[in-house]
Amino acid sequence: MNAPEAPATLRPPQLTQTSASGIDVPVKVGPEAVEPNRIGEPGQYPFTRGIFPDGYRGRLWTIRQYSGFGTAEESNERYRFLLDQGQTGLSVALDLPTQCGYDPVDPMARPEIGKVGVSLSSLSEAEILFKGLDLASISTSFTINGTAAIVYAMYLAVADKQGVPRAKLTGTIQNDILKEYVARGTWIFPVRPSMRLIADSILFSNSATPRFNPISIAGAHVRDAGATAAEEMAYTLANGLAYVDELRRRGGDVEKFAQRLSFFFYVHMDFFDEVAKFRAGRRLWAQLMKERYGVVDPKAQMFRFGVVCGGSSLVAAQPYNNVVRVAVETMAAVMGGAQSIFTCAFDEAFQIPTEFSAEIAVRTQQMIAYESGIGRSVDPLGGSYLVESHTNRMQDEIERVMRQIDEYGGVIKAIEDGWLQMRLAERGLERKRKSDTGEAVIVGQNHFHRDDQKNEVGELFHLDPQVSARVIEKYQRVLETRSTAEVRAALDKLAAAAEKDDENLMPYLVDCCHAYATVGEMVATLKAQWGEFQEPVRI
Amino acid sequence: MSETVAADQSSAPLRGKRILVAKPGLDGHDIGAKVIALALRDAGAEVIYTGLRRSPEFIARVAVDEGVDAIGLSILSGSHCELARQVVDELKRRKASDIALFVGGTIPDGDHARLIELGVRAVFTNDMTLDDAIRAVARELR
Repeated sequence: MNAPEAPATLRPPQLTQTSASGIDVPVKVGPEAVEPNRIGEPGQYPFTRGIFPDGYRGRLWTIRQYSGFGTAEESNERYRFLLDQGQTGLSVALDLPTQCGYDPVDPMARPEIGKVGVSLSSLSEAEILFKGLDLASISTSFTINGTAAIVYAMYLAVADKQGVPRAKLTGTIQNDILKEYVARGTWIFPVRPSMRLIADSILFSNSATPRFNPISIAGAHVRDAGATAAEEMAYTLANGLAYVDELRRRGGDVEKFAQRLSFFFYVHMDFFDEVAKFRAGRRLWAQLMKERYGVVDPKAQMFRFGVVCGGSSLVAAQPYNNVVRVAVETMAAVMGGAQSIFTCAFDEAFQIPTEFSAEIAVRTQQMIAYESGIGRSVDPLGGSYLVESHTNRMQDEIERVMRQIDEYGGVIKAIEDGWLQMRLAERGLERKRKSDTGEAVIVGQNHFHRDDQKNEVGELFHLDPQVSARVIEKYQRVLETRSTAEVRAALDKLAAAAEKDDENLMPYLVDCCHAYATVGEMVATLKAQWGEFQEPVRI
Repeated sequence: MSETVAADQSSAPLRGKRILVAKPGLDGHDIGAKVIALALRDAGAEVIYTGLRRSPEFIARVAVDEGVDAIGLSILSGSHCELARQVVDELKRRKASDIALFVGGTIPDGDHARLIELGVRAVFTNDMTLDDAIRAVARELR
C-alpha cells in the first residue's frame, strides 16, 4: 500500500506563527498572561470561566441534533428515533418555502418543498410534526428567521391544542434576521420592520413563555461564509447590541429581556482560536451589558450559547475523516463552555445525513461527555498561560472589528448599504484562495490526498420524490376544511395591528395560526404593509 | 511584446466575456456565487450578479437582454436538477440556447451526468479550485 503523499505543487505544511483567525501565537507564553482579576471566578462577572460555578457537573450541555425533511410525518418519525437514541432536545429544520414565507403552491416554492427541512405551511402540519411528543417535556429548537414569529405562534397554537400550558414550553427560535441579510438569505421584510417583529416576539415570549429562548443570535453563518473566529464573534455581538437597542426602544427592560438572549456559533478546527473565542466573547458581552447599559443582574449579563461542530470545516474529500474533525471541535466547544452542542454528521458536507451517520454524530458527544471526563472540572483550560493570552488577544481583535462597524455607522446601516455583505464576500474569496493554494491545510483535500481516493460514502439518503405532491395535497385539504371567514377576520386584524407601531403582533399571529391561516397568507399580509427588503447587490 | 500578450491571456482568460451569475430558487447561501463572481472578474470577465431568489424566467430574460456569453447558476438547496431544467427551457423558448450554462453548488456526484444531459456545460463543486473553474469556463467559451 502506498503512503499518501502531498502533491508536488504544494510544499509540506508548516506550523504557522498565526492562528486561523490571524492572531499571533508565540512559541512560548509565560505566567504574565494570567491576570486573576481579569479572569474572575466561574459563575461570576465577567464570566470568562463560564456562567455556572459548577460547570457541567450541575448540568451537562444539551445534545441537540438538527433534522427535519420531507413531510411532517417523516420528520415526526425521525424525532421519535432521535429521542429514543438519548437525545435531549429536538432541532427542527424547515424547508425554504416555510423559511421565506411562500405557500407550497407558489411557483417559487415548488422545486424546494421538503428539500432542506420539513414543510410547515399551516398549524395542521405542525400538529402532525409534534404528534405524540409531549411539548412540556421536550425542548424544541427551530432554525427559523424571516418567519420566526409565525413559526413561534404556530408552536404556541400546537401547545394550546395539546393542552400544554404555554409557560411550560422550552426551546429556541433562531429569530436573528440581521445575519440573514448578510449571509443566509431568508430575509423577507426591510430591516426596520423586521427588527420590530423580532422585538415583539421577544417581549411577548418573556411573559408568555418565560422558559423559552426567543432569539439565538447567530454567528455561524457568517463564519461559514468566510469570516474568521474573531469576526464571527464581533459581528454577532454587534448584532446582539442592535437587538438590545431595539428592545429598549420598544419599552423592554434590559434587566429582564437580556436574560433570555442566547447565541449560536460554529466551531472550526483551530482549537485554541475556538476556546478563546468563547471565553473572550462571554467576557466581552458581560462587560458591554454592565458598562453600556448598566445591567446589574448577573443573569442578564450572562452569555449563553449553543454551537454547531462541523459546517464548512467538513469536506467531501475522504469524508470519514470528518468524524475526527467533529470530535476535535466538540472538545473545543466543551472547553469553551457551550450550553448546547450540535454535531454534524460526517456526510453533511454533501448530503442529508443518514441514520448511520447521524448516530455517530450523537455518539461522538456522548463519548466526550461520559468517557473522556473533560467536563468534570469547570473551565479546565482556565489559567493556562497560552489560553489566557490567546483569550486576551482574541478579545482585542473582536473589539477592533466591532469598532470598524461602529465607525461605518452601525450594523443596520452596514447591512442596508451592503457594506458588510461585500466585506464578507471578499473574506470568502480569500478563504477559498488559501484552501486552493494549500496555505490553509485541509487534510485529504489539498494535502495528503491520493489520486485514487473515493469521496463517496456507502449509503446515500434519498428524498422521496412524492414529498412535494403530498405536501401540496395536504395544503389543499386545509384550504377546503377551514373557515374562510375566520381566516379573513384574523388576517384583517393582523394587518390593522401591523399598521400601528405600538401594537405587539404576536397575539394576532397566534390567532391567525388557530384559524389555520397559512404561512404564505400571514407573510403576504405583512408584506402589503411593510414591503420587501431590496437587496443591495454589490459585487 | 508577444510575451505580454501571452501573460495577459493567462491572467485574464475571460477578457471580453460577459457572464451572468445567478441565484435561482429560494436558497440564500450566496457566498459561493459572490466568490465565483469576484474570481470571474479577476479573470477579466464582465460580471453581472442577480442577487437572491430569482425565477428561471427572470434569469433567462436578463441573460438575453444583457447579451451574456454564459450563465452561472449557484444552487445549494438540492433543487439543482429542477431549476437547471427550467432555465434551459426558458433559454430555449427565447432561442438563446447558445448561451453557455454552468451550475455550481452542493451537487452530488451522481447528479453531474444528469445536469450535463440537460444541457449544462460543466458542474462546479466546492472541492474544485477557482483556477480550475475559470479554466473550464474559458475552454467552453473559446
